[in-house]
Amino acid sequence: MTVGFVMLCHTALDRAAQIARHWAERGCPVVVHVDRRVASKPYGQLVADLADLPNVRFSGRHACEWGTWGIVAASQEAATLMLRDFSDVRHVYLASGSCLPLRPVEELRTYLDERPKTDFIESVTTEDVGWTIGGLDFERFTLRFPFSWRKQKWWFDTYVKLQRMVRFRRKIPAELVPHLGSQWWCLTRQTLSAILEHPERAKIDRYFQKVWIPDESYFQTLVRQVSSTVESRSLTLSKFDFQGKPHIFYDDHLQLLRRSDCFVARKIWPDAVKLYGAFLSDDRSRQAAAEPNPGKIDRLFAKAVERRTKGRPGLYMQSRFPNENFENGRTAGPYSVFCGFADVFENFEIWLSKASGTRVHGHLFAPDRVYFAGGESVYNGALCDSAKVRDYNPKSFLTSLIWNTRGERQCFQFGPADTQKLNWFMSLDGNAQISVISGAWAVPLFHSNQNFSDIRREAARLQKIEQEFLNVLRSPYAKARVRVWSLADFIENPMEPLQTIIDEIGPRQGRRLTEAPRMADLTGFGQFLQNLRNQGMQPVLMGDFPVGDDPATKSTRRGRPYLVK
Amino acid sequence: MKGPVQKLSAFVSSAAQAYGLRMRRRRHLWRSFRSRHALRVVKDRSGTIHRGDILCFMTVRNEMLRLPHFLDHHRKLGVDHFLIVENDSTDGTRDYLAAQADVSLWTTKASYKLSRFGLDWVTWLQMRHGHGHWCLTLDADELLIYPYWETRNLPALTGWLDDQGLEAMGAMMLDLYPEGPLSEAEIAAGGDPLTVMRWFDAGNYAVQVQDRMGNLWIQGGPRARLFFETEPRRAPTLNKIPLVRWDWRFAYVNSTHSMLPPRMNAVYARDGGEQISGLLLHTKFLPEIISKSAEEKTRQQHFANSALYEGYYDSVMSDPVLHCAASERLSSWRRLEALGLMSRGGWI
Repeated sequence: MTVGFVMLCHTALDRAAQIARHWAERGCPVVVHVDRRVASKPYGQLVADLADLPNVRFSGRHACEWGTWGIVAASQEAATLMLRDFSDVRHVYLASGSCLPLRPVEELRTYLDERPKTDFIESVTTEDVGWTIGGLDFERFTLRFPFSWRKQKWWFDTYVKLQRMVRFRRKIPAELVPHLGSQWWCLTRQTLSAILEHPERAKIDRYFQKVWIPDESYFQTLVRQVSSTVESRSLTLSKFDFQGKPHIFYDDHLQLLRRSDCFVARKIWPDAVKLYGAFLSDDRSRQAAAEPNPGKIDRLFAKAVERRTKGRPGLYMQSRFPNENFENGRTAGPYSVFCGFADVFENFEIWLSKASGTRVHGHLFAPDRVYFAGGESVYNGALCDSAKVRDYNPKSFLTSLIWNTRGERQCFQFGPADTQKLNWFMSLDGNAQISVISGAWAVPLFHSNQNFSDIRREAARLQKIEQEFLNVLRSPYAKARVRVWSLADFIENPMEPLQTIIDEIGPRQGRRLTEAPRMADLTGFGQFLQNLRNQGMQPVLMGDFPVGDDPATKSTRRGRPYLVK
Repeated sequence: MKGPVQKLSAFVSSAAQAYGLRMRRRRHLWRSFRSRHALRVVKDRSGTIHRGDILCFMTVRNEMLRLPHFLDHHRKLGVDHFLIVENDSTDGTRDYLAAQADVSLWTTKASYKLSRFGLDWVTWLQMRHGHGHWCLTLDADELLIYPYWETRNLPALTGWLDDQGLEAMGAMMLDLYPEGPLSEAEIAAGGDPLTVMRWFDAGNYAVQVQDRMGNLWIQGGPRARLFFETEPRRAPTLNKIPLVRWDWRFAYVNSTHSMLPPRMNAVYARDGGEQISGLLLHTKFLPEIISKSAEEKTRQQHFANSALYEGYYDSVMSDPVLHCAASERLSSWRRLEALGLMSRGGWI
């Protein structure tokens, strides 16, 4: 008993001839069907190439346009020929001209001999398939499809919509339960002949001629009626991309195909010399015959689909530039923005870097230059510290920085004196953790040696900018994790907010902060704010500082760190 | 909500814009058609081009240093025929190219600048020979690579692009540079420039979309970092669309950075996914750039407003070191893909 191959061919006929010869010479009869749309010259060449093989036949030619009845008609005719001419065939294997046997024919024959009654055909009810293209699963069987999906897409879609609108439904012949599955099957003589000699075949064929993509449903449905043992999987390894088009295998897939342990794979790139050479040679040292397991390589294909449809979050480049809100993540990873902390604490950057174990930058968006961590002039990915380059495209600057440092959290200082172009971008970014001590910009002004009228003007400007920033952060659309304290609230109890932020940055650390950063001297700050008020400016963002009472500063300016148990 | 008046005016203005671009494309085609008179044929082997062949178009001037390796690299990838316009060379480029069996060569002494930087000539050749073919349009200092390029040739790539219904593939120019001063990175004439140009900038690219034609505008790399620090807007454009299934009605607009009709510029995914893209390894910074810059500074053929770029030429002539502490070393395409400089899209 042996297995016979039905081959449906339409391109790369020289490769098809090679495969047909491979099987035929190893005692497997082959029936070749060539698409009617192939010109007579290459067809004649194929016939001539295989003329010396007694167990190769050519069946009547049908035009095989994708998704149409022609493919089923071709399979039917070729299978009939196979069963008629080769009586020692027990299993018939439907393959294509771009298939490649991955394991020796003997192994397949042994495998099938051990399962003489089993039909290998993926056959799943419409409720259970997740891979249908165009959203049509059950409707394939109840609507009419006179238009080509590839060439007349508009008409196809419109006609489907029209039929849905008028609630048109074709009647499914009573005894049929629609099933779908891969078109590449391997059926026993008993089953196949029962399908081909079905008493109502004319009626069933007429029905399926109007079903969409009948090659994925004709045999899959009928096999359920006539077979006793259906093994619902295909012996052919065949993978599909997100558009439902078959993945092509190239030379560099050699190891991958070996690992799958499948008997046959499609589609193979015709120029994959290495693949054809490796799998068609006879002197292959094989490992113990394993069960075909395409699942081993599924993850790779799932990842490819995800790469194509979802992309890598936070990447903006030559072939990925998502429209706003289609980014699947505006940036590549979480980062922290600190506003006002470096004003309140004298050594905040060093302290934060130590406490959180992250890279802590200065003001990345400072007006004069980019203050990278460690004062570097070029940072990861060769980002340069020029403010002009940064401001030319601040979004690219930030997304590049976060992309270039994937896996290493970035923290940076920000404030109302910095360029404000990215406020909305950061506020809408779920990766941003933004902590604000509002009004802290007043502390450096308080310490500065400027004329009071200049200070007053600057304070008014910064307050206005920060107010706008806070409004953006408080927008109902904001996705960033935002925390805002007024300066007065913050210095009242600085350790608790710091602990919260640090915990969020590095949850694995889970230890209590023991050392606080050194707080700037705020003695007289209340009076300073009162002076601003006296000059007609209204400082509001820093909260309530009574004149002459500086509670928080007392505890931190004694040279001893602030301790929390 | 938009009222009917706004809707109508938006429709009218987008129609007017589409019409403007259409006229612009026709103007380019007409110029190119006219420019055929400037070309004198040296060796026309275009009769040997078969259906389905992959063609490569370019304009060259004094490129003997790079051409042997360039031709070799792209032959190996599967380019079947090169159609080249040679512009006023003095270093034997013409004789060398005329002797290559897979090169058709034209020559001209006309102005490079006035022919839209050679684009008119190339567009004419594409109109005449490119229709229906996958066409690569490159400069002699660009080497195309793409995902899996070492194991899959261009026919595999274009076959897959055809299957996917894609008409073009984008590729960013990646400026390569040596570790030390430019003058030290000597190669033998015709040698492989990648042996000395081993470094690049991995992640300092500014990306934006230009609304008019929908093309990307990518700037960055070592030139933006060092020479255009104070004027980043003038930094060289790096996005390109070098591989296109050509139609005689197509026309590149500005080098191969953008083209018309505008739909051809959509070589990037806007929905958050990733389209396929390659890279053009840019071997501009060989030592000869120093003498060439001096020449170009006086020749003024390379920029629309050449005077603005004198500072750039001066910087290059001072034999700078482009390498910095954050430079990345050139390795496999998989590394370049992991860095996000190119993408395999859905190709596996």
